[in-house]
Amino acid sequence: MKSPAPGTESETRKARWEREVLEPTLKRSPERAGAFTTISGRPIDRLYTSDDVAESDVPSPGEFPYTRGIHPTGYRGKLWTMRQFAGFGTPEETNERYKQLLRAGGTGLSVAFDLPTLMGRDPDHPLSLGEVGKCGVSIMSLADMERLFEGITLSDITTSMTINSPAPMIFAMYLVVAEQQGADWKTLSGTIQNDILKEFIAQKEYIFPPRPSMRLITDIFRFCAKDVPKWNTISVSGYHIREAGATALQELAFTLRDGIEYVQWGIDAGLDVDEFVPRISFFFNAHSDFFEEIAKYRAARKIWARVMRERFGATDERSLKLRFHSQTAGVSLTAQQPYNNVVRTALQALSAVLGGTNSLHTNSLDEALALPTEAAATLALRTQQVIACESGVTNVVDPLGGSYFVEKLTLDMEEGAYKYFDAIDRMGGMVAAVEAGFPQREIAEASYRFQQSVERGEKIIVGVNGYVDRDELPFPILYIDDQASDLQMARLKTLRETRDNARVAATLDALKDAARGTDNTMYPLLECVRAYATVGEMCDALREVWGEYEEVPSI
Amino acid sequence: MRTIRVVIAKPGLDGHDRGAKVIARALRDAGMEVIYTGLRQTPEKIVAAALQEDADVIGLSILSGAHMHICPRVMALLKEKGLDHVKVVVGGIIPDVDREKLHAMGVAGIFLPGTPMQAIVDFINQNVQPRAEVV
Repeated sequence: MKSPAPGTESETRKARWEREVLEPTLKRSPERAGAFTTISGRPIDRLYTSDDVAESDVPSPGEFPYTRGIHPTGYRGKLWTMRQFAGFGTPEETNERYKQLLRAGGTGLSVAFDLPTLMGRDPDHPLSLGEVGKCGVSIMSLADMERLFEGITLSDITTSMTINSPAPMIFAMYLVVAEQQGADWKTLSGTIQNDILKEFIAQKEYIFPPRPSMRLITDIFRFCAKDVPKWNTISVSGYHIREAGATALQELAFTLRDGIEYVQWGIDAGLDVDEFVPRISFFFNAHSDFFEEIAKYRAARKIWARVMRERFGATDERSLKLRFHSQTAGVSLTAQQPYNNVVRTALQALSAVLGGTNSLHTNSLDEALALPTEAAATLALRTQQVIACESGVTNVVDPLGGSYFVEKLTLDMEEGAYKYFDAIDRMGGMVAAVEAGFPQREIAEASYRFQQSVERGEKIIVGVNGYVDRDELPFPILYIDDQASDLQMARLKTLRETRDNARVAATLDALKDAARGTDNTMYPLLECVRAYATVGEMCDALREVWGEYEEVPSI
Repeated sequence: MRTIRVVIAKPGLDGHDRGAKVIARALRDAGMEVIYTGLRQTPEKIVAAALQEDADVIGLSILSGAHMHICPRVMALLKEKGLDHVKVVVGGIIPDVDREKLHAMGVAGIFLPGTPMQAIVDFINQNVQPRAEVV
């Protein structure tokens, strides 16, 4: 087809503008050198117009496919949950930080566990050397969970727990503490991350091979559908995929494809789609490229609604509505000029809010150096409160809806995600793709490409490869010593001497029997927990049955 | 002269391997021979790998805060096996107060977040004398 002649009626507004206004300007003053691309390397056009978007691409908020948000009233109804991830040292130290965060106006708790807990190892295991209580709180047994929530009524709050391989064990401990407080499990609300696929893909905190790991997750789906119906059974996470170096599109595509995989496994385990999908939630990264991030969240809602309806026949509206938590990008924080991180975090948080996040964690300015100090953690929370109360962005539903640029980026993200879905479907699904190392390779490539663009100065990181200060002042940080580790070691010894070890052994045997067969592992796990079996012992019992996963190292 | 041989390792329980993989690739692209051990390596396994691979350099990626336990053990084992010539470099989140202690125990280089890859390549080239090929 021939382009319409200049000056005729069928010439688009944009074409006319380019001819009459833009071209003469470019002749006088050309644009800056270098490519205009997002942080993910996506090329961005100079201008987006009504040519790029159709009216039908912009549905109303609260309506299928929820591109503009799942609530018709946006944040006019209810603000997002300000949920700050915290945990370090002993359960008592973390308990104190939680009480402080709740006093400061935090509206939910989020537990960070230390590496031995995350990896299902007791503190006296050789690989736990130096790791106890360092990156999070050390939880060995029910006794520690009791200390962690001492004085906090679990039926009054919602708790998110970032735990994956040992999610069933830690969740069982939480339920037993709630039971001790007299709470009804049916009223409990909160989230376990419980997303093993992104561990194989990105964060690498796996224990068992992929297939038995998926079985543990479907056991939780079945258990919660019956016993803890308001609990979010999984938080399908793109956060770690992005932190590992993925692009925004890869984060979106791999996370949603992981979600699809869990839904398929749940259905294959005998559940009805609308029985468990409403309790699946998501967790995205809020990275630095403002508009690309907003488009990512909007595309995520749209894709999930379509896929649940079209691929799985979901009819319950709650199955179609994608709810997500977001966290600002830890990987974007710099050790250089740490105060700049406050600004980065504020912009990232704003993108999550404009993208319609349902809950949010803002990072502290000192996290490229250490775990946050109390002052830094409070400032991070205050950042959210300033956005919520002072910026005015919460007065209106989806303020960027209808922006030619944001709507076009949303469409592009959607299209790109479906392409990845097709590729992964052809491989036989996400478990098969993970076993073949496909998402892992894609991410490693993207991560190396980004690093090269920084090295070449194509991407500037303020304070790192641009605007560098030679003489930076020392910066106060939180230093975690070995006291927590010493105390937890001593407690472990006492626990093993004082509990009923015959009962522990019997409950662990029952767990192994369930793992070998098809009985739901959650019920025997609750018995192990009540007998004060440790996380390490419960995981070892399952290691005995299923073995351990080992990744083939590749660069 | 043979090329510089580097063992890149992730000690401890942490699985965040983005940095380890990026630096492994950058060193390889800079002409070094790189052996990446993968995750969850004990100091014993790392030193055994250095011995077996006849490494000139061990690069440890540690973000979890366990460096004051892992590094002393690696340094002691190197000494014990007569591998004093192997240069140890550490990349990750290392607080100021620990940096001097690590240097004092013989860690040659410490690289914090944001270090350009080229700076690490240059450091290794300047501090390691490639030995003659043993035939």
